[in-house]
Amino acid sequence: MTRYAGNAAALRALVRDQEVHRDVYVSEEVFQLEMEHMFPNSWVYVGHDSQVPNAGDYFGTTIGTQPILMVRHTDGTVKVLHNRCPHKGTRITSETCGNAGKFFRCPYHAWSFRTDGSLLAIPLKKGYENTGFEQSHAASGMAPVRHVRNYRGFVFAKINDGGLDFEEFFGDSLSSFDNMIDRSPVGQLKVAGGVLRYMHNCNWKMLVENQTDTCHPMVAHESSAGTVVEVWKKAPPGTKKPMAVEIIAPFMSPYEFFENMGIRIWDNGHGHTGVHHSIHSDYSAVSGYFEKMTVAYGEERAKAILGENRHNTVYFPNIMIKGPIQLLRHFKPIAANKTLVESWTFQLVDAPDMLLERTLMYNRLINAPTSIVGHDDLEMYERAQEGLHSNGNEWVNLQRLYSPDEAGQTNVAVNGTSEWPMRHQFRAWTKFMTMGM
Amino acid sequence: MSMVAEAPLKNAIPTDQELIDFVVREARLIDQQRFDEWLDLYADDAYYWMPLEWNQTDPRLTCSLMYEDKLLLSIRVERLKGARTFSQKPKSRCHHVLQTPQVDSRDPAANNYVTWTPMHYIETRMDEQTLFAAWATHHLGVENGRLKIKLKRVDLINCDAAFGNIQLFM
Repeated sequence: MTRYAGNAAALRALVRDQEVHRDVYVSEEVFQLEMEHMFPNSWVYVGHDSQVPNAGDYFGTTIGTQPILMVRHTDGTVKVLHNRCPHKGTRITSETCGNAGKFFRCPYHAWSFRTDGSLLAIPLKKGYENTGFEQSHAASGMAPVRHVRNYRGFVFAKINDGGLDFEEFFGDSLSSFDNMIDRSPVGQLKVAGGVLRYMHNCNWKMLVENQTDTCHPMVAHESSAGTVVEVWKKAPPGTKKPMAVEIIAPFMSPYEFFENMGIRIWDNGHGHTGVHHSIHSDYSAVSGYFEKMTVAYGEERAKAILGENRHNTVYFPNIMIKGPIQLLRHFKPIAANKTLVESWTFQLVDAPDMLLERTLMYNRLINAPTSIVGHDDLEMYERAQEGLHSNGNEWVNLQRLYSPDEAGQTNVAVNGTSEWPMRHQFRAWTKFMTMGM
Repeated sequence: MSMVAEAPLKNAIPTDQELIDFVVREARLIDQQRFDEWLDLYADDAYYWMPLEWNQTDPRLTCSLMYEDKLLLSIRVERLKGARTFSQKPKSRCHHVLQTPQVDSRDPAANNYVTWTPMHYIETRMDEQTLFAAWATHHLGVENGRLKIKLKRVDLINCDAAFGNIQLFM
């Protein structure tokens, strides 16, 4: 049964000012339309160019559910290609990452392609003479994703020709990337430490919304962060606070802490929590780091860079970054009720190793499938995914601190417990979902 | 929950059989959810390590699934008892099938004994049952006439796969 395909009005009706219909989370048809419209109309994160440092290096990932490849071409630029042989559709690479050498070779019939996707050679070429092969889709090689932008190492791509250009799509929100990157004394990040992969039986948007939900930590995480606080209280007086306690305990901060920390709203669904302070603000100084930053940037600028303590920056549709600890989470949609979460960490080039150690500890303690904090969150998402099948109420409430004049506003900082960011994400969802319909 | 209590070592240097019995007993304490007794098997400066990468050598600058000191392990055990530990309502249960542990090295002078135990571990909650295959490496030492774990390393055969929740201890 199709209710929404080609029906922009029906899709728009799913999102109201203060609530959204459950079908945005549970309907397989809505999910398919997200893959056909919303993801291709958006600038979607692909990967970091440090994952492909040398010519021929590739990294396989997805935009929505479409398999793509990020590859370092022979001219040094990063290309994004559809990971599909133009002949029979075979996925070209078997490993997630590797080096193709000078060309990709399909393992099925040995068609080969330059690292920009163009067709290099096919076996038994004579068999295609007088068949009009030159005019076929296949002759043009592996289709490139045409709209690619490498922003200071972070590679984004847009599949459709329509939609917004890169600057229009991101606007001022790129300041969170800038701050994360500027924390390196040489202004450079490098993927490091490995990627955590965590399978969630819930809709991808639940994860995105949760990044700006500041009213759940002290409730859902009482079992993990609350226990940390309780166990730590029993430590003998004068014991040095362990890094693990510094990382987990702030999740138990009271409502007032989160109200005061603030949320900033940008255009197109982007925004960040932690305008004034965040759960990352009170980490112990790392020996030698500030001195390096001062040499690199001057004291005033170094203080300004490190004084930003943005908590979670959401880049619509499906990533979140934590600038103060150089972490990126990628929420990869698989089905309406299934999402793969990849948590990537970055090393600040030319900064002390201790910063990477802290980043990795954070990732392990919060984002791993073996993390007790992660268990708290996933339990809630899975209960929501099930509970939404109740016919008792078809609507999800997003009303907290709603104001009728908020829709047109951008680049504003508001109360840190507002559900404005979620309403704002759904306004963007409607926009990119119905664009071109 | 009857099980013969841990016997003190007969001599200052443990026999292979005593090392093997210790490893088997540790798994049984987890399966029977006797987590306080289980925690007591760990030395104060012990680590429980579950690497994220195949043949991982560095727990510090490479991420792990778990790399936990005794404080973090005790937090996990306390959390399992909590009234608001929602992801454990209902509770998970688990089951170990061990091969006989092999004693890989004995170094009485350094008070270090290493065992290697291939195992299958099953964790279950509600209608879900998940099977993991792993190798457990125990670094053991003698403290006050008792064996203690200095490091337990659990290498999953599919350490880099995308997992759902893994809630208990392997």
